[in-house]
Amino acid sequence: MTGARPPLVEAIGITKRYGPTVALMDAGITVEAGESHALVGRNGAGKSTLVSVLTGLTRPERGTVRYDGGPAPALADRAAWRRRVACVYQRSTTIDELSVAENLFLGRQPVTPRGRVISRRRMRRQARALLDEWGVPVDETARAGGLSVEDTKLVEIARALSRGTRFIVLDEPTAQLDSRATDRLFAHMRRLQEAGVTFLYISHHLREVYEVCQAVTVLRDARRIVTAPVGAMPPGKLIEAMTGERGGLPVPHTAPPPRPFGATAPAAVRLEQLSSPDFHDVSLAVAAGEVVGLAGLAGSGSHQLGAALAGLHRASGGRAWIFGRPLRTGSVPAALAAGVGCLPRDRHHEGLVPLLSVAENITMPISGRLGPLGLIAPKARDAVARRAIADLGIGTEGPAQPLSELSGGNQQKVVLARALAIDPRVLVLIDPTAGVDVGAKRALLAAAIRARAEGRAVLVVSDQLEDLRVCDRVLVMFNGFVTAEYPAGWRDGELLAAVEGVAAGDG
Amino acid sequence: MADPAAPSPAGPVRRAARFRIRDLALLPAVVLLLVIGALTNDTFLERQNLINILGASSALGLLVLAEAMILISGRMDLSLESIAGLAPALGFLVVIPAASGGFGTGWPAWLGLLIIPLAGALIGAVNAALIVGLGLNGFIVTLAMNIVLRGVLIGLVSGRTLFDAPPAFFALGSENWLGLPLCVWVSAGCFAVAGFALRYHRFGRAVYAVGGNAPAARAAGIRVARVGWAVLVVGGALSAVAGLVIAGRVGAVDANQGSGMIFTVFAAAVIGGISLRGGRGSLLGALLGTLLLGMLENLLTLAQVSAFWIQAIYGGIILLALIVARLTTGEAQES
Repeated sequence: MTGARPPLVEAIGITKRYGPTVALMDAGITVEAGESHALVGRNGAGKSTLVSVLTGLTRPERGTVRYDGGPAPALADRAAWRRRVACVYQRSTTIDELSVAENLFLGRQPVTPRGRVISRRRMRRQARALLDEWGVPVDETARAGGLSVEDTKLVEIARALSRGTRFIVLDEPTAQLDSRATDRLFAHMRRLQEAGVTFLYISHHLREVYEVCQAVTVLRDARRIVTAPVGAMPPGKLIEAMTGERGGLPVPHTAPPPRPFGATAPAAVRLEQLSSPDFHDVSLAVAAGEVVGLAGLAGSGSHQLGAALAGLHRASGGRAWIFGRPLRTGSVPAALAAGVGCLPRDRHHEGLVPLLSVAENITMPISGRLGPLGLIAPKARDAVARRAIADLGIGTEGPAQPLSELSGGNQQKVVLARALAIDPRVLVLIDPTAGVDVGAKRALLAAAIRARAEGRAVLVVSDQLEDLRVCDRVLVMFNGFVTAEYPAGWRDGELLAAVEGVAAGDG
Repeated sequence: MADPAAPSPAGPVRRAARFRIRDLALLPAVVLLLVIGALTNDTFLERQNLINILGASSALGLLVLAEAMILISGRMDLSLESIAGLAPALGFLVVIPAASGGFGTGWPAWLGLLIIPLAGALIGAVNAALIVGLGLNGFIVTLAMNIVLRGVLIGLVSGRTLFDAPPAFFALGSENWLGLPLCVWVSAGCFAVAGFALRYHRFGRAVYAVGGNAPAARAAGIRVARVGWAVLVVGGALSAVAGLVIAGRVGAVDANQGSGMIFTVFAAAVIGGISLRGGRGSLLGALLGTLLLGMLENLLTLAQVSAFWIQAIYGGIILLALIVARLTTGEAQES
């Protein structure tokens, strides 16, 4: 860009810590006016923190943010920030039960000429004018909750534009969009860009970076790795920047030598053309004493496949066997009876009963085995819990502590202990290390390795490389299909490329 | 947050104590009421009056027990008060002669008595079919059911009062055993069994798990729908028995039996620490809540408060009790 005009936004030397976690270390970004700038990086690389600094929601410990060459407004001056930048988050911020027009003018509704009452007629007219000005094909009288995800994003963008904002952060806008809706959204982005709007575009889908962005900034481990024109960053180079050259692995890969199985021994898990609305024709086998990774982004169907084995998702076609016996999907009791233990994806949703004690949470699936006639002997229950607490190193005062008082990592260990309580022959771990600290991560993955040594079949559903590194082989899912398989020893780049759905060989 | 490095050695002891404090949050209020009663009225602490309080509280207690279990499981049932009216009325109607307003079926007394809890359970099952089976909103379903049941009762009774039943129908409310009314024994027994089951039986713990986080309970293999059915059916049956207790104490069934009680039932449960959001509370607390309201009513009667003002005072004191319970536990009931 020309030196005459200062960049639209410039962040320099930003450092931010959350407790012991370093979210950003001397990181920065420069976005020129009128460009669409991609911000990429793996989970935890610091993207959200950087966005939160750029939008004035977080005060960095060190570093400065400059808008148009001048200092950024004070954090308390929300109106000034809103004029400069708006962020469209993954989760919509519109109010479902209000109309599009009401959402656009929420809190600043046009009033009647003399009165102090809201003029609905004016509001509708102004909304129509606004939507037409930016070419948003949405009915201003429609209920916001009835809009498609794509239209909701456009309404949120229009709302920001109507406040005078010309810099918009899009946080994974395509996460819930199919490819056609994505294309339409991109067309809108290009048009808005021509009209002078600047975008900061965050996405896990690298292909999209090449489609709509002119520049890209890569964050890794809280630092800025590179900012470059997209043309100078072919996919191979981009993935390398995202993953880096890693030295020591956090969890050493300890795959046992492949063991031959007798022709008669049935596989621990066998799926034949298993299908559901979220995945299609999945056939695979997992042997006892094997850890198989299932890698895929949200929307790839990997989570639902794991959940189907655990009885949390119903398959609509195909068949599944556990040790040669047919498995009825969609029933947790059936899965438990077959010997499938599961650590579900979101511990707050399907994992924890926060008001109940650690011991009760751990023993929930085996509550029928802790005494005669369905009675629960507290001693037997606490003994099981104490063993699990010791085995997994759960940081708790004791079995009687309410689960709500534990840290996230320890809660996750309790959910894992719950999965292990039935002494499962098959262990399904879905996003096992999501939102836990490094220590807990290591302990959780060590438990997966130990489960293998105990002869269990383990399925790790995750898109985190650290999780997948403990696997003997990794299956990659994309758009509902298993698209690739890698034996242990894969390179980060090739696996990530497959997960992202791009060919690593490009460039 | 727990400190994994240094678990306090006194931890488990302190925790057990804290749990009990929540259960006993009402004890100060109960004691306070006892003291006030003793100071303001000579007869309040007399044996016969205390027995009166227990007898008068036992029907409410059974209803509170039923509602508490339903609330802990994360649901609610507003139709319990009408079940307490309709179910015993059905039992009366099939037994008493047509001349006294019965159906004239002339069934034996034991069958009439058996029909009462069965009718309650059946109504609970209908509620469950609508709420658990069809996924309708429990609040509005049971509100409608409450009105329907009351209407059916009014229609069946047609303005009469049903009293011409065999003595067995009134035994619960009128006969004594070991110096206490039979209904007190029944209520106490139900509380003991249910309290034990909620604490030490897998089904009871499943009630708490479902109320605390239903998806997590499902993922742990608990049959969530079955728990919903069970609490509503058992709650209906218990309410029917509560209705039989009321009939026994009054000596008859009329179209108004149980009417308006549901508010007292909720008040007792919530004062006793049962969360309206499910998963939290104990039957000990619910029992204390019941006794508190029972004593209060007795005290107001003894003090000869004008019948025109008794409702206002009763409601005001319920609000006060909620505030006291909130302050003694130090935590919000609905946060």
